Amino acid sequence: MNLEFSEDQQFIQKNAREYLTEHATLDVCRRVLESDEPYAQDLWKGVAEMGWLGTAVPEEYGGTGLGHLELVLIAQEVGRALAPIPFSSSVYLATEALLQFGSEEQKKQWLPGLCSGERIGTYAAVEKLGDPELDEVDAVLSGGKLSGEKVPVLDGDVANLAVVLAKDGEAYSLLLVDLAGSGVRRTNLESFDPSRSQARLTFDGADAEVLGKAGNGIAQAEALLDRAAVMMGFEQVGGSERALDVTREYTMGRYAFGRPIASFQALKHRMADMYAANQIALSNGYYASWALSTGNAELALAACNVRVAASDAFVLAAEEMIQMHGGVGYTWEFDCHLFYRRAKLLGLALGSASAWREKLIRRLEAGAAGAAA
Amino acid sequence: MNFEDTPEEAEFRSRVRAWLGANAKPRDANSASNPLGERETDEMIADAKAWQSKKFDEGWACLTWPKEFGGQGLGRMESVIWGQEEGKFDVPPNVYQIGHGMLGPTIMAHGTQEQKDKYVRQMARGQEIWCQLFSEPAAGSDLAGLRTTAVRDGDDWVINGQKIWSTGAHYCDWGMIVTRTDPDAPKHKGLTYFIIDMRSEGVEARPIKQISGAAGFNEVFFTDVRVPDSNRLGEVGTGWMVALTTLMNERVAIGSGGAGGGFHRLLDLAKRSRRNGKSALEDSAVRQQLADFYVTSKGLQYTGYRTLSAILRGDTPGPEGAIGKAVGAPMMQQMASFAQDLQGTAGALLDKDVAGDDSTWQELYLGAPGMRIAGGTDEVLRNIIAERVLGLPAEIRVDKGKPFREIPTGPQKD
Repeated sequence: MNLEFSEDQQFIQKNAREYLTEHATLDVCRRVLESDEPYAQDLWKGVAEMGWLGTAVPEEYGGTGLGHLELVLIAQEVGRALAPIPFSSSVYLATEALLQFGSEEQKKQWLPGLCSGERIGTYAAVEKLGDPELDEVDAVLSGGKLSGEKVPVLDGDVANLAVVLAKDGEAYSLLLVDLAGSGVRRTNLESFDPSRSQARLTFDGADAEVLGKAGNGIAQAEALLDRAAVMMGFEQVGGSERALDVTREYTMGRYAFGRPIASFQALKHRMADMYAANQIALSNGYYASWALSTGNAELALAACNVRVAASDAFVLAAEEMIQMHGGVGYTWEFDCHLFYRRAKLLGLALGSASAWREKLIRRLEAGAAGAAA
Repeated sequence: MNFEDTPEEAEFRSRVRAWLGANAKPRDANSASNPLGERETDEMIADAKAWQSKKFDEGWACLTWPKEFGGQGLGRMESVIWGQEEGKFDVPPNVYQIGHGMLGPTIMAHGTQEQKDKYVRQMARGQEIWCQLFSEPAAGSDLAGLRTTAVRDGDDWVINGQKIWSTGAHYCDWGMIVTRTDPDAPKHKGLTYFIIDMRSEGVEARPIKQISGAAGFNEVFFTDVRVPDSNRLGEVGTGWMVALTTLMNERVAIGSGGAGGGFHRLLDLAKRSRRNGKSALEDSAVRQQLADFYVTSKGLQYTGYRTLSAILRGDTPGPEGAIGKAVGAPMMQQMASFAQDLQGTAGALLDKDVAGDDSTWQELYLGAPGMRIAGGTDEVLRNIIAERVLGLPAEIRVDKGKPFREIPTGPQKD
């Protein structure tokens, strides 16, 4: 029995925190949020130089050859810093899709650029309002050309490469689309969290090649989302932990009725609840990261668990953060809204927590492996 | 990270299974465990003693205790494996949780050599059962406000007062009691801890009927009960420190349990119950709620794994462990309430045949408020997390530093 990260892994996390404490202050997030800058290019470059973008990528493709246990801890720090970079889209989704399903040639073509940060990848599946089923897509591949529209696509305005789910004959396939090619149009969309940009991608006969097995797109997309949910879960927990830390500091220093407001049980107990929610999410994350790194079938349930717990925990923390700051928490000048926006954005990026609850029950009904564990 | 047994653990597990298989019957996987506070019958007590005696004689009792005290000198992991495997068998109720989980470790930590020799091994054999005498009618969450007195008289102490919520006090042979020996000292300073023979003259245990109708708890009255000084545990005036050892072990004992067992029964109930003209399991509100229970119970289970991993590495469990009970106990109440809702109008029955599931959900709902109170209320646990994990300011203590006898205890007149 060992549900802990190794000393080496913890050391990597500590390094990541130190780097981001210096290079990704909340001012960096605010800078991107308040300007037309789509993401912090300086930070992206730095993160790439640190080797984080290829943490789970073998060295032969330009990565550092570590693994997912190291990657989730870096993700937690990226979340803690509210880093305004396309980390989740490029690393958890595009890079991960190539690692899982790419041919040797595709990996060689794309992974080195993704690891070095010269290229940014994203994932484009959703077309409709709500939480559509995976097969509710109209985008279609025909004769190697993709047509259709994907909206919204996180980081779609800055990505060079998209992993796209589309109809392929009677079935569906995951596709690789070079967004610099012809037949691709991007339209920027106003983002709820402007520190992470979003776009509409319109394909009109764009060149596309199948990623993985033709006709196997739904199963691949489902597996990809499970894997991404674990990594993003750590990013969410990181943000949520930071929200609690900032709230704790503020309430310790703010006096009312002659005492720090952090001494009132009305606040103490709610901060204890925030802590508990973070721990429940983190523990689910630990287990899921083990399943992710070992390829264990437990991942099907564990990914849902961490997705639900981490989404709820971060949203709770961000809401309570504003409430406990009082009036100033509601101002543009204070940083609370950075958390409030990011919590919602990440909580919806892979589909809502409600949709993942439904997915969890479906899998339990289907007798997913390890239900009794 | 690794969840596989090591070869040594796997070998130990198979020996445990073999012994249990030869000595007990497998448990029906669908049976619910006894809700909190059921009153054990004489027959159940006799069965429990027989089972413990067998375990002791054949080397399966108190695995983590040193051999000289009747244990097996094994590690925490072996103890966990034993618990996992024994849980699959239909064995008598565990009436030793308080003795083995909390009191034995307290004697080993604070007792004299004579006390250890006299009591600990006997406790492991289990032919005598122990109870805890801490809470009082006016001292619950504020345990240090207790008022039962012990006054020195020659080689003895004379105890007077009342304890309450003492599980099993009516069948126990020995108790561990915290008393006030110096009312002029501040409240945490004037306490002393004793081992007490529950058959002594002047000890009277009366059952308390709970809202469930069961009576597992007692109020215990002490009238001029004489306890020899040789039964004092720790120095005079250090009772609070000794009591903290007991309470720390209580949270470890409680925290190692999981709330996950009920989930699959709840899923099954949803499948069988009707709503909107179909199975309730097809109702999205039901599905969302079930998912939340699953996510939380798994989160608690894995939090327990993390705690266990830290203990195996040599860490002492910290105040973080409070979340197991702070989250788990209210969730059990919510699950029970939700199960009754699933049963619809039949959920308001206690009739085992009509309501189904042997009305275990009804029993659980009646027992659940106790889980949120016993061994640290929801509120006390949140204070522990807030103060000792998050480092938030402690409660303002208006009684701090005051001699105990000057501390107000009820509504004050102007």
